[in-house]
Amino acid sequence: MVRAHLYMAVSLAVASSCAAFSSPTLAGLHVASHRGGAAHSLCMAAQKPALSRREAIQAASFLAGAAFFAPRESVAADGAFSLPKLPYAYDALEPHIDKMTMELHHDKHFNAYLTNLNKALEGKDAKSLLDIQKTAIKDGAMLRNNGGGFYNHGLFFNTLGPASESGAPSPALAKAIESSFGSMDKMKEEFNAAAAKRFGSGWAWLGVAPDGKLVITSTPNQDNPLMEGCDGAKMVPFLGLDVWEHAYYLKYQNRRPEYIAGFWNVVNWGKVSEYYETFAAKGVPVNWA
Amino acid sequence: MLRQSLRSVRSVAKAHGARAMSSYTLPPLPYELGALEPVVNTEIMTLHHGKHHATYVANLNAAMEKYAEAEAKKDVAAMIALQGAIKFNGGGHVNHSIFWTNLCAPKDVVAPAEASPELAKMIDAQWGSLDAFKTEFNTKTAAVQGSGWGWLGYDKAAKKLAIATCANQDPLSTTGLTPLLGIDVWEHAYYLQYKNVRPEYLKQVWQVVNWKNVAERFKAASA
Repeated sequence: MVRAHLYMAVSLAVASSCAAFSSPTLAGLHVASHRGGAAHSLCMAAQKPALSRREAIQAASFLAGAAFFAPRESVAADGAFSLPKLPYAYDALEPHIDKMTMELHHDKHFNAYLTNLNKALEGKDAKSLLDIQKTAIKDGAMLRNNGGGFYNHGLFFNTLGPASESGAPSPALAKAIESSFGSMDKMKEEFNAAAAKRFGSGWAWLGVAPDGKLVITSTPNQDNPLMEGCDGAKMVPFLGLDVWEHAYYLKYQNRRPEYIAGFWNVVNWGKVSEYYETFAAKGVPVNWA
Repeated sequence: MLRQSLRSVRSVAKAHGARAMSSYTLPPLPYELGALEPVVNTEIMTLHHGKHHATYVANLNAAMEKYAEAEAKKDVAAMIALQGAIKFNGGGHVNHSIFWTNLCAPKDVVAPAEASPELAKMIDAQWGSLDAFKTEFNTKTAAVQGSGWGWLGYDKAAKKLAIATCANQDPLSTTGLTPLLGIDVWEHAYYLQYKNVRPEYLKQVWQVVNWKNVAERFKAASA
């Protein structure tokens, strides 16, 4: 309840400083607070072009304050998670990731994981998405594949963006990349190798190891490093790349290395840096919702 | 004496840049690239055979060459390190080689009963009907997580048929069954045409299953 009121306060404050907000957005924010807040940050991102720089900073600081007081962990209040919208248009990642792939990937694959996750949770106690990751392997195929699939894709889509807005890592993240890999190029080389070598379906990850260093690993199918018992390096991932064939086949066919190279053009370094600094660098799993 | 001459054969072969061991080759398709239209389209067949299977063959050859070098040096650690690549690519080569023969043009398809009364009888005995068999096969195969295959196999010990699924390119031999019919459900096998709708691909693919070939394999396995 407190969380809902904070959201209302935040949204009212932002709405008053930006004419682009209309009541459907307020309603969206309000609903989001009950449904785990998944749409929240995405609504904000969608409004970005309409906010002036001053308004954007104002909004950001309000949100930061709200985040401090009300950890926005995605809890399935009525046992059901909801599908977040893409933070950009389906064709925004062209030509590196094509429109049809984004449509299918988000509306079909991501949605199917969500539907099956909700089905798997029916009749069970509400559990946060992050808690679901922890025991996913032990909990069996339904939660492992769909809980993992829902988390992985939510993180993935949030860390992508139009090439023109790709930006660069924050000073803190740039420093971590340099000290852990020697350079950005060396990090990409290692990441690309991990992504190319993952046989069959899976993901490549950049994350923070328990000792604070950045490491790279890959996992099979919809596993991720947050899952206890997972193959590969122990780490908190903050950037992942889907190497299931559905992620690239329409445009790249069998040429996975080309897809991997193209991916770097549409990484949203602002978002990735935020996930690194706010969560992973502190040893906390990224709560993208 | 024999070992010495084998060693010299190998070193001569190596000196000439040739592989002492036999190479694996991409088998030709038993039909035109467009033969399975409209069930599996030309574009998929072109990529699936000419790129995916071809790559498994190339990578298998590379892995086996490295394995031969490791073996010559008695480098067991290196041999073990190569086992993943051999399983992935060797499995891929074995599986796809079977797959191409398991399929044929829709007009060349015959019913199981015509191809082998014995096989058809066994299917009926174990599943009640051909349709019931297909339903269970499709349900299990659609449920494969990530990449893998659905198989109709023969259990030589129990003298029975069995439906099994395997992950990635693990060959059916890893389950102890003899492969009769495999359906590839890696996304590259259907995505360009069926997108995410794997169950639709599985529904349609039966129109190109070459029961004559399945029957031949069954005859050999159950002999």
